[in-house]
Amino acid sequence: MRPRFVIGKILGALSTLVFVVVFNFFLFRVVNDDPINSMFRGRNLTPEQLERLRVKFNLDGTKWEQFVAYVQQLLRGDLGYSLKSSRPVSTVIAEAIWPTVLLVGTSTLLAMLGIVLGYRAGWRRGSTFDATATSVSMLTYSMPEYWIGMVALGVFAAGLGWFPVGGLNDPGSTATGIERLLDQLHHMILPATVLAVAYIGEYMIVARSAMIDTSREDYLQLARAKGLREADVRKRHAQPNALLPVVSLSAINFGFVLSGAIAVESIFSWPGIGQQIQFAISGPDFPMLQGLFLLISAAVIFANLVADLLYGYLDPRVAGR
Amino acid sequence: MKQNVSNAWSRLRHDRLAMISLVVLVAFIVMAIITPWVSDRDDIRAVNTADNPTWAPPSSQFLLGTDYLGRSVALQIMWGSRVSLFVGLAATLLTIVIGTVMGLASGFFGGWTDAVLMRITDWFLVVPFLPTAIVLAAVLNRSLWTIVFVIGITSWPSTARLVRSQVLSVRSRLYVDRARALGAGRAHLVRRHILPNVTPLVLASTTLAVPISILTETTLSFLGLGDPTQVSWGFILNEAREKGAVDRGAWWYYMPPGVAIVMVVLAFTLLGRAMETVLDPRLRES
Repeated sequence: MRPRFVIGKILGALSTLVFVVVFNFFLFRVVNDDPINSMFRGRNLTPEQLERLRVKFNLDGTKWEQFVAYVQQLLRGDLGYSLKSSRPVSTVIAEAIWPTVLLVGTSTLLAMLGIVLGYRAGWRRGSTFDATATSVSMLTYSMPEYWIGMVALGVFAAGLGWFPVGGLNDPGSTATGIERLLDQLHHMILPATVLAVAYIGEYMIVARSAMIDTSREDYLQLARAKGLREADVRKRHAQPNALLPVVSLSAINFGFVLSGAIAVESIFSWPGIGQQIQFAISGPDFPMLQGLFLLISAAVIFANLVADLLYGYLDPRVAGR
Repeated sequence: MKQNVSNAWSRLRHDRLAMISLVVLVAFIVMAIITPWVSDRDDIRAVNTADNPTWAPPSSQFLLGTDYLGRSVALQIMWGSRVSLFVGLAATLLTIVIGTVMGLASGFFGGWTDAVLMRITDWFLVVPFLPTAIVLAAVLNRSLWTIVFVIGITSWPSTARLVRSQVLSVRSRLYVDRARALGAGRAHLVRRHILPNVTPLVLASTTLAVPISILTETTLSFLGLGDPTQVSWGFILNEAREKGAVDRGAWWYYMPPGVAIVMVVLAFTLLGRAMETVLDPRLRES
């Protein structure tokens, strides 16, 4: 990869991050002129108390001073205080992040099964397997992930009683070690499967069309002419080239799965970032929303950067030698 | 142009899935339009349903049962279709207008305009759009127009990209050079040569944008960001969850709105893909 390509991508990602920070700042100050007043409406506060709250939430001074203070805070890793619990936003996020990483990571791995299905379907375009896989993918793609969650809860938890209705652990459970881990796994199966089902179709459809595009290439004919077996042509010549669009998709999908986790986590009372967003919406708890939005955006921007660089590495035509 | 349309239509007519989708969509749109004539909005107001049984399973009186206030689920879905379809279509319109203007400007003017507009487009493309929509909706007041605005402002970038690349490919064609050599102005070029060539793909992308708008509307309503005075499909699901329909096994409360969403979203998606295939020669053989 040429250094210019790498630096360009990194600068692009940084500019997006700056955009998010500016957007985040103005969204909560300019659109909503006096957040303190609307947040504490109906509570009898003296002007002095209001003033102290303004200072605490960094809402005193001109907009420019506020912005400078906001950026300085961010650089120190300080995301302000939650309005509801008065705890630092960064502490709440630190607690909520691991359940989400676990859930989103597991379901992304499960959803990547769609790549395998898509390759197979694309390689044998028009077969029964292709037709079935494509229809099922379109169907799951059309379902809101939280609705799949409700149906799954209704059937497998409330109905059949196979799985718990929510949470990370059984409440009041004192189990430790392996037993605790198994209990968590038991709690995670349903939400992780729901998220995977919601996004497997996307992987499948993109992998399929990438495989169809690749299967028309001349070098596959050449490989066949050399006398390679069909399975080898697919594995060694077609699949590696069909991987490229899938790499870009994975970054985009990461954003989708993370977004999908918002509603799914609140359905399954999964104590992660998504549930915190749901809590923050009902407040509304602006500092929490701001911090969570920044975190999610930064994660997705980073994922995109990694995918861009990976793409450049896998396809030298893009990045230049 | 006219011939192209009838040509495309005759090809589309042979696509069985596309035709089924069209029928489903027409059925839902007709339902949304006639609802005020066949039922009374007051029938699903809680003050008027005190005599109805609550949590009643489907029966001949209530085809899809009743909810926790004794309101008919079927009627709520009918009224909800108006809101969900309206928001879906209005938000898509806004998306397409912003995306087309940005794409046209960027592709036609090139240079600095292009660089700046595409940078902005990239920002919006990378930043995850549902969280953006959530924070926007959270700071604005709860109304249908807020939802329309929020969806429009977050989902235009892919249309802008599509229009831009189409403009670039049209602009470099010989007949455009010829028109320019004959002294055609910018407005004339855009109106007579660029727009007509961009329109068909924009149309297909519109059809594909509607299901995304509808899904976003239901998600925002489900998260409690919708207009609390309007019943939409996402709003019904939100209430169903909050009142414990899942634990009670009241499947008639949360299954039908979901099925309605899936049917409309699937129909728009299938129709959009079929249109794309018909209109884009490169996709035709696949």
